[in-house]
Amino acid sequence: MNKNLYNYILGVADNSLILGQRLGELCGHGPSLETDIALTNISLDLLGQVRGYYQYAAKILGGNASEDTIAFIRKERDYKNVLLVEQPNTDFAYVIARQFLFDVYHVLFLDQLQHSRDLTLSAIAKKSLKEALYHKRFSSDWIKRLGDGTDESHSRIQNAMNDLWVFTNELFQLTEADKEMLNEGIGVDVTQLKADYYNQLNDVLNEATIEIPEVKFFQKGGKEGVHTEHMGYILAEMQYMQRAYPNMEW
Amino acid sequence: MSENQIKNLEAEFEAKISRDEKIEPKDWMPEKYRQTHIRQISQHAHSEIVGMLPEGNWITRAPSLRRKVALLAKVQDEAGHGLYLYSACETLGISRDELYEQLHTGKAKYSSIFNYPTLTWADMGAIGWLVDGAAIINQVPLCNTSYGPYARAMVRVCKEESFHQRQGFEIMMKLAQGTPEQKEMAQDALNRWWWPSLMMLGPTDDASVHTEQSMKWKLKRKTNDELRQQFIDQTVPQADLIGLTIPDFDLKWNEERGHYDFGPINWDEFWQVVKGHGPCNKERLAARKGAWERGEWVRDAAMAYAEKQADRKEKQVV
Repeated sequence: MNKNLYNYILGVADNSLILGQRLGELCGHGPSLETDIALTNISLDLLGQVRGYYQYAAKILGGNASEDTIAFIRKERDYKNVLLVEQPNTDFAYVIARQFLFDVYHVLFLDQLQHSRDLTLSAIAKKSLKEALYHKRFSSDWIKRLGDGTDESHSRIQNAMNDLWVFTNELFQLTEADKEMLNEGIGVDVTQLKADYYNQLNDVLNEATIEIPEVKFFQKGGKEGVHTEHMGYILAEMQYMQRAYPNMEW
Repeated sequence: MSENQIKNLEAEFEAKISRDEKIEPKDWMPEKYRQTHIRQISQHAHSEIVGMLPEGNWITRAPSLRRKVALLAKVQDEAGHGLYLYSACETLGISRDELYEQLHTGKAKYSSIFNYPTLTWADMGAIGWLVDGAAIINQVPLCNTSYGPYARAMVRVCKEESFHQRQGFEIMMKLAQGTPEQKEMAQDALNRWWWPSLMMLGPTDDASVHTEQSMKWKLKRKTNDELRQQFIDQTVPQADLIGLTIPDFDLKWNEERGHYDFGPINWDEFWQVVKGHGPCNKERLAARKGAWERGEWVRDAAMAYAEKQADRKEKQVV
């Protein structure tokens, strides 16, 4: 089994799983029917991508592994998503800020991954890129509406941005699996995406009249499986059925 | 308008309906027709969006990725149904905000079935199979109802509902064929959802206040009791097929009638829930109101931004 490739895939897919799960919490509770539908759409896209990645990972793992054993019965330390995506749905501003900070990265990342030498990853990336571009348009538009809307929306989105900015830097850290996959022409050099990422953030935030947060210390750890306290609760909920009724088909 | 003119309009209106022609938003219609349609279409729209809550309750806990995605998509479909039904209702001269207001103050009703809790994963199957099944029986005739925008919205709604129903049945079938624990979960869900599903088809004909007028306007084609019988006749063999037992000791095929006989429905429970005292009435309404109130600053921001953008465009043109 190619352990590096397996870990690499999880590193990519876990972001979409946990963000998709977070967005799923909001279904039926959005500020309007239209935004409710849009956020659910994004969740659906992300979970669709996850299935593609995990099915591939399950093949690599072999034996009885399936997309569901990978999604639902790992221990917290084995989830490799970045801390950003596990942050809670504090309010709509946090939901949009989290989405925007992820979407800008996601588009840049998928744009590179589509050139991977690994044909499965390349195919998933091509399909996902179209979706991520739509997500980015949605979240960027809302960043502008909230930033340049009312005083209240401005202050809420500014707060959310200030709080979530500390999680952005982790997106550009290379893990061991990243380095190995980069050498093989399969993975993406995320360090190369950083400048472009912050430039794009600057552009949108400027237009939205949101100040760029000044952050000296960034948070990290998710990629190594060291998560925030939120993660345990996400998993408790997400894994509930598989843990309470193990080894059954649904 | 003179009395004669109104009479002529009424005569023409009735003739149109009897010729099975559609009434469109700009056509003249009696005020009572308009009000009845606002009541029914909005009640339907509210049921869709309140109906998102009991199923939304299991999205984060769905037992597999496939089920999670299917459930999300289903609940999203319901939001979509709400959207076109509110739009159809708006063609009758009432705004979506007013309709929400009626829901939030309790003036407008929604289907009582959504005031029951979803306690296990099997409830996702039971709701799809029974609740959507009963809804389809109620709704298919509405594809031919006299009010054009409602009829057209219902064509799409019914297509999606029938997909949901199959999906729900498939969840139940899988459970019924699973481990003893899974089968027990499925049976328990059937036990809890069966009677409320029968009640969902409305009070008995002698207690139904709107039936007569609604039949005349083709807003209803069959009576509540006829629809209920159709639902029972259709569902009992499906339960048999997957080895689940309908929780009704009096249920028996009646050769003479060509229908199943069934036991008494607890209408006290029905009216109790309709009047706001079901297990989840408070939670459901609080969830809807909460989402609306929490969303106010977001909607305000979108409006303010749109106005600013329009101003800027105008200045550019000048």
